[in-house]
Amino acid sequence: MSSDEATGADQATERYTLSVNGTDRPVADAWIGESLLYVLRERLGLPGSKNACEQGECGSCSVLLDGVLVASCCVLAADAAGSDVRTVEGLSPEGELTDVQRAFVDQGAVQCGFCIPGMIVAIHDLLDRRPDADELALREAISGNLCRCTGYGRVFAAFHAVKQERARAST
Amino acid sequence: MLVARPTTLSGVFDALDELPDAHLLAGGTDLMVEVNFGHRRPPAVVALRRVEELRGYQVLDDEVVLGSGVTWAEVEHDLAGVLPGLAAAARTVGSPQMRNAGTVGGNIGTASPAGDGLPVLGALDATVVLARRDGERRLPLAEVITGVKQTVIEPGEVIRQIRVPRLDGPQQFLKVGTRNAMVISIVVCGLAVDRAGRSVRLGLGSVAPRPLRATAAEAFIAGAIDWDRLTAPPDAVARFGELAREATDPISDQRGTAAFRRHAVGVVATRALQRSLAA
Amino acid sequence: MPAPSMPSTFTRKRRAPGLGESVLRPDAPAKTKGQFAFSSDLWMEGMLWGATLRSPHPSARIRSLDPAPALAIGGVHAVITNDDLWGSRTYGLEHHDQPVFADQVVRYHGEPVAAVAADHPEIARRAAAAIAVDYEVLDPLVDSEAAITAPPIHPDGNLFRHLKIRFGDPGARGEVVVEGDYEVGMQDQAFLGPESGLAVPSEDGGVELYVATQWLHVDRDQIAACLNLPREKVRLTLAGTGGAFGGREDLSMQIHACLLALVTRRPVKMVYSREESFFGHVHRHPARLWYRHHATRDGRLVSVESRMVFDGGAYASSSTAVISNACAFAPGPYFVPNAKVDGYAVRTNNPPCGAMRGFGAVQTSFAAEAQMDKLAAALGMDPVELRLANALKQHDQLITGQVIIGTAPVAECITACRDLPLPEPLAADAPALSLPGGAGLTALAGDVRRGVGFAVGFKNLGFSEGFDDYSTARVRLELGPADEPLATVHLATAEVGQGFVTVAMQIARAELGVREVVVQAADTQVGSAGSTSASRQTMMSGGAIQMACSAVREVLLERAALDLHLAPADMVLEEGELVTRDGGASVSLADALRAGPIEATREFHHAPTEPLDENGQGNAHWSLAFAAHRAVVDVDPELGLVKVVQVATAQDIGKALNPLAVTGQIEGGIAQGIGLAVMEEIVLDQGKVRNPSFTDYLLPTALDMPPVVQTWIEQPERGAPYGAKGVGEPPTVSSTGAVVAAIRQATGLPLRRVPVRPDDIALTP
Repeated sequence: MSSDEATGADQATERYTLSVNGTDRPVADAWIGESLLYVLRERLGLPGSKNACEQGECGSCSVLLDGVLVASCCVLAADAAGSDVRTVEGLSPEGELTDVQRAFVDQGAVQCGFCIPGMIVAIHDLLDRRPDADELALREAISGNLCRCTGYGRVFAAFHAVKQERARAST
Repeated sequence: MLVARPTTLSGVFDALDELPDAHLLAGGTDLMVEVNFGHRRPPAVVALRRVEELRGYQVLDDEVVLGSGVTWAEVEHDLAGVLPGLAAAARTVGSPQMRNAGTVGGNIGTASPAGDGLPVLGALDATVVLARRDGERRLPLAEVITGVKQTVIEPGEVIRQIRVPRLDGPQQFLKVGTRNAMVISIVVCGLAVDRAGRSVRLGLGSVAPRPLRATAAEAFIAGAIDWDRLTAPPDAVARFGELAREATDPISDQRGTAAFRRHAVGVVATRALQRSLAA
Repeated sequence: MPAPSMPSTFTRKRRAPGLGESVLRPDAPAKTKGQFAFSSDLWMEGMLWGATLRSPHPSARIRSLDPAPALAIGGVHAVITNDDLWGSRTYGLEHHDQPVFADQVVRYHGEPVAAVAADHPEIARRAAAAIAVDYEVLDPLVDSEAAITAPPIHPDGNLFRHLKIRFGDPGARGEVVVEGDYEVGMQDQAFLGPESGLAVPSEDGGVELYVATQWLHVDRDQIAACLNLPREKVRLTLAGTGGAFGGREDLSMQIHACLLALVTRRPVKMVYSREESFFGHVHRHPARLWYRHHATRDGRLVSVESRMVFDGGAYASSSTAVISNACAFAPGPYFVPNAKVDGYAVRTNNPPCGAMRGFGAVQTSFAAEAQMDKLAAALGMDPVELRLANALKQHDQLITGQVIIGTAPVAECITACRDLPLPEPLAADAPALSLPGGAGLTALAGDVRRGVGFAVGFKNLGFSEGFDDYSTARVRLELGPADEPLATVHLATAEVGQGFVTVAMQIARAELGVREVVVQAADTQVGSAGSTSASRQTMMSGGAIQMACSAVREVLLERAALDLHLAPADMVLEEGELVTRDGGASVSLADALRAGPIEATREFHHAPTEPLDENGQGNAHWSLAFAAHRAVVDVDPELGLVKVVQVATAQDIGKALNPLAVTGQIEGGIAQGIGLAVMEEIVLDQGKVRNPSFTDYLLPTALDMPPVVQTWIEQPERGAPYGAKGVGEPPTVSSTGAVVAAIRQATGLPLRRVPVRPDDIALTP
């Protein structure tokens, strides 16, 4: 799905290589103003990160940049060269769901699904950093992930389900 | 190369020499929004996030030195013990994603009247260190930000550090917004008590073109506080709130009316002071 | 209401397996992996990007328009304006009054003036901005009351509809009278998936459009007229849709993308930014409502008078239907023997308004429930008791004269909601995030006052006023690749997140006893499914699937009977087996299918309704749904900040076909009600939108949304498939009123407007 077309009249282009989900992905002749979100979606065939606002106000574009949760719409793609980018597509091995993804399915946390990739990435990030996070910590951790369909109730339920399962697995 | 990614400050100046029209990019939370919306089309970019000299912070006895690239997340999570007011402000900047990327230096460079950390930095008399290839200059924050999104930062200059004095005394941060997360403040304040210096500093934001200090209120209350016990009579506290209100010249916009802003300033200033004083 | 005629096999008493269970969404795994293709994810080799140029003025004349500067930019393939149109120049849901591109005048901030196709979205955007337009700016008409008599700003006039309801004795008076003026601000649907789609020109001169929308066929018909193409040459397929809530019922980028595709002979993708999205779809009607309630001294409603003005903005959209619903349900779910209602939907130079979840009933519920609390106070009665004393029941008449034939468990909803547990009191050491102001640290527990409020609401399910509302389903049963029976269900039903694809599967499984069910992509290759709105798809499209399955089942029974030398009436389909009634012999589905696939296409129409006459009388609605809400809020009165602590609800749902899905719809609907109560408003200044972004159009976040405690009243609705009522809208109809009632209790303030702003609480003496 990558497009190598130059941007025509605009001469400010750049070529660089991004490391995305563990793989080197070259990008050629891309307008320098393109966000990481744009490049992931339109050049690298990774449309999992979503474009609900492109102004850092909704979290639907959340990715991990060098292990840190950021809004990819606010990252200059060319500036992500040399960093490790993890998207929702890179969270689970081919064909499988992570426990967080499974819980979202099982607990009815998915309706239209547009906010879901960002939520999943944010919750994975939270549980990696704070495995014992409580619901208030969860709410704060996903306070940058807007959902318009669910009212968050089933998302909280999915979180609790994952924590319970992980606690069981570790005993 | 139209996007420079230097790792040293001298590399930054080299890049700026080569790309004189380049926009500086720190966390991207301001620049990228403008680019995404077509309001800015940078002909070139100098990205700062790898520059060694701009990263990290140092906690010294009398001040905390923040690299301009320190993110609000670092302030929130690491500096609550030494800069409680600023850490509290950091917790309300944008969203967790924004806090992980947005930098203290970037916030100063953007100079929004509503920047959450700016009134706190102002209350603490923070100094901004501006570096250029041939040297640096240090200015109080209040002299760096001159108006709505206006700074004295010259082309070829980069914010290198923000030096924040450590004060001995309670610090408060209050931010009024109509939503509990990801909200631009209607009114924001940072209050710091300096017991050694026997002063109270009150920084206010979103009530003027730039963050301001309510100096009349500060001077008044410093004289009314019993500094041994850290108490003040209730009517002095009320007067402090009034003077804080009078220091502001807010506008009405889509977020709030001038009347509400003035009222809210009085409330938050009063509460901030009350919480700082002994019972 | 009379039940529609259906085959007798419909009313089987046995509980259908799979229905009533929380079957998981078939599309959820892909959505969690980021592999579900939304309309903004589409891509095709050789595609161009489209962009729109929109008017910066709410009212202006276009003196001149020059596309040359745009065409001069490298990478630009086409620019189109009103002058380039070759088909219908206007479109619309009820009236075709909305221009594809502004024709000499612009009537709202954001009205499309031109569209551009280019190689890269950045070029397209820059090119659109480069088009030279010379506007003569005019004074906009922005006051909805003034609009009624102001000079027309459109040849069709400024009055979309004046609906009068005169019921009983409009002059009836009561011993106790309360009146009030109320106002509802402009809410936005703010669906997360941006308006987007991909238009592909076809070899036959037609076009294929992959798009996120609510009603494929109505989109198609409008597009075909504007392209001057026969309908068969305009083929729509539903692309993954990121929410709708009414905002996709009107067209956005569809015609523009198709025009660009036909002109350039290339696929054209258009994706709106969030900013453009705020201009690109209709919003909820802002409204001003006056009410006067008359009651007896012991609390029986005698009469309700109301006059309301709904601001429809620049073009008609669905305003005539919105005002109809608003008026029909004006007093709320109470028996009112006399009523005089005048509802106006007017045209202004404000942004166009149309469908949003609740569709007129939200605005009147806010006002009517405020009135009920006022009346309770005047009577010295408990507000819940007052509502119970007047609650509608089955066989009561609405103020439209319609007798409620379906279920109406209003009293049950009220008592069940009232009896739900309240939250714990606010602890003195509650964490900051639990207080109003949250991490803003504005309040300590001592600064906070708690309030509790109640509201009840209702609205229609399905389309009304004589509209022939129907849905079409094609069901095909055959042997699949694994020699197992495979059912394929094909409808044009727009899945916008509500979970129809799951229920569709459940129904087919239940009706045919088949494990393997595939729900095909929705497109215009099958008949219309009607709109995904009015909480209707489970009932209507579900009903169509049920009918089609029934037809398939008849053929199966015939084949099995033939096999066993019996009559079809001797056989039944049970749990995937065709068995004789005495259970003595059977034929497997697989065997019955060896003769070949069985396919049936059926339309489900709900019982006919009537238009409202000149006195607003008529059997205008098919089915009704009711819900009660109780809200608990903590308020910091000095600063006017509000934290919603809990919302409890009891909703009349008929029958839960999928409990998990019902739960999610109710929680999501209440979130939107909370948004309207305390934070959501499109702020207008002389017709200009001041806050077209998520920075200042605030949706509730995970830190704003309280726990929702819900209980359901399940009284099966006759004439509705499986007795199930649609559940999407009732949560949004009266949750706003409950939250504001709670804030009133906490503050003692009248609070006549939503959204409630801090000023309204902190500055009111």
